[in-house]
Amino acid sequence: MFKNFKCEVVYNLWLREMKRFVRAKSRLVANIAQPFFWLAIMGMGFGSTMKFRELPPGVDYLNFLVPGIMGMTLLFSSMFAGLSVLWDRQFGFLKEILVAPVSRLSIIGGMIAGSVTTGLIQANLILLIGLFFGFRISHPAALIPAMIIMMLIAVSFTAMGIAFASKMEDMHGFQLIMNFVIMPIFFLSGALFPLEGLPSWLSFLARLNPLTYGVDGLRALLLGLSHFSIQLDFSILILFCLAMLGLGTYLFKNCEL
Amino acid sequence: MDAITVKNLTKKFDDLIAVNDISFTVKEGEIFGLLGPNGAGKTTIIKMLATMLKKTSGVARVLDWDVGKNPDEVRRSIGIVFQDPSLDDQLTGKENLDFHARMYGVRKKIRKERIEQVLNLVDLFGKKDILVNNYSGGMRRRLEIARGLMHYPRVLFLDEPTLGLDTQTRRAIWEHIIKLNHEEKITVILTTHYMDEADFLCNRVAIIDEGKILVVESPENLKNMMGEDIISIGVSDGEAFSKKLSSLNWIQGVSHGDGIINLSVKRGEEKIPLLINFAQKENLAVQFVSLHKPTLEDVFIDFTGRNIREENGSTKTLIRDMIRARTRK
Repeated sequence: MFKNFKCEVVYNLWLREMKRFVRAKSRLVANIAQPFFWLAIMGMGFGSTMKFRELPPGVDYLNFLVPGIMGMTLLFSSMFAGLSVLWDRQFGFLKEILVAPVSRLSIIGGMIAGSVTTGLIQANLILLIGLFFGFRISHPAALIPAMIIMMLIAVSFTAMGIAFASKMEDMHGFQLIMNFVIMPIFFLSGALFPLEGLPSWLSFLARLNPLTYGVDGLRALLLGLSHFSIQLDFSILILFCLAMLGLGTYLFKNCEL
Repeated sequence: MDAITVKNLTKKFDDLIAVNDISFTVKEGEIFGLLGPNGAGKTTIIKMLATMLKKTSGVARVLDWDVGKNPDEVRRSIGIVFQDPSLDDQLTGKENLDFHARMYGVRKKIRKERIEQVLNLVDLFGKKDILVNNYSGGMRRRLEIARGLMHYPRVLFLDEPTLGLDTQTRRAIWEHIIKLNHEEKITVILTTHYMDEADFLCNRVAIIDEGKILVVESPENLKNMMGEDIISIGVSDGEAFSKKLSSLNWIQGVSHGDGIINLSVKRGEEKIPLLINFAQKENLAVQFVSLHKPTLEDVFIDFTGRNIREENGSTKTLIRDMIRARTRK
């Protein structure tokens, strides 16, 4: 299965994504603006007017929110990157990619490599903005495992986006995925509120949501505050990541031009 | 070796037979045209040859590679220009070519040189660093053709290369196609529903209708098969003139109506002076003369029994049919 995996092809697709990323300034601004507003407005607004009874003393809401918004940034940018297969289909470039004598596995590898890079850049920009707002990282060394969690989130949701895009004929389903997949995953991930003391149905849904473990892991590493154990966070993320890679590769391999 | 061999190729989509048991071969170095109306099955044939679509039955070989068994070898040895645009318009022209070269494993040393070569071939070298977003339709088409050549393919497929382009741009693209056929010694297979395009470019043409090949011939031979030229002439006393014409033995058929006399003759251009002299001798004033030589369009109608674009039925072919009907009596 891996004998046709070509690093040149991965690099080529990655390079294309980087060029597009650097050129589309408005895209970067749009991608950063939304999380920025969440942090600045929701963080400041809720943080200064409400008291979250589940937050330990000394952790204000804004600190709590930063890892959550990083998770959100990764979710959005990765899903969009995966779904950009739809744009390539619409504008015909997918044909150029798929007709080349290279394996689809390398193609999917290249798409994911590009998406992970841009996702990490954006998530870290949000972290920087968070630092500006007063966020303090518990321990600098924790940044390295935190990066791994960010990569796992990015790879998983890019593969999920590719899986959806492989099954969709055109752009019409995009809003549907936005409303019924991306938004629920975001809202149910514990990015915005603590998981302690939730009604049982909400708690149940949050536990089903893979992003919950991503956000929890980031929070554990960056803030030293977590709901689950870091081992559980990592295990579930790795399993989810493998499952999505498998599904994305399978569906993309079988998608028609 | 033939560039392309197709034997009893068939493609079915559920109940629809898009390509129905066709066979043809394309020689190396040829420009070969698949001519037919929209929906005739041209693109389906190209897609099967380019390994983008699986055949239902039959044999299709490109440079002796079977499209079913060796799809990667086929893909490496062909270049394709799709009917619909397929460029990344957020990249420059050069970057699009570079992307393609890397996908096809063109080595770094050759890559740069080759990009320059193909860009010069389609006169885009000066625009190489402009985003494709800012290219005109004709420039995009030319860039796609250049891209199709990047990896030194031996066969180039062009699916409706000039669809939707203006007249000057079409001309320019034709020149480029002929140039690359000569300079790159590449076999070109193109689909088109433009008669003039097939006539201008192709060494041989396959006329396709409803999934079947009706004939494969050179445009010249096809036109010769149609036989005579037609001279339409108007003179002051048409009745008298047409009676006197019977003394001229080189006229193969006469019909008249609405003050126009239509004659079917061979080598029409040489017969026009003779006709004018003849009319003057009879003291009749010639009002107008026109010559119509058979076109590929006439051939097409003759084979398919209908015009390629029904709404543009040409009056000349009607005249031809009238004459045929009369002379056969």
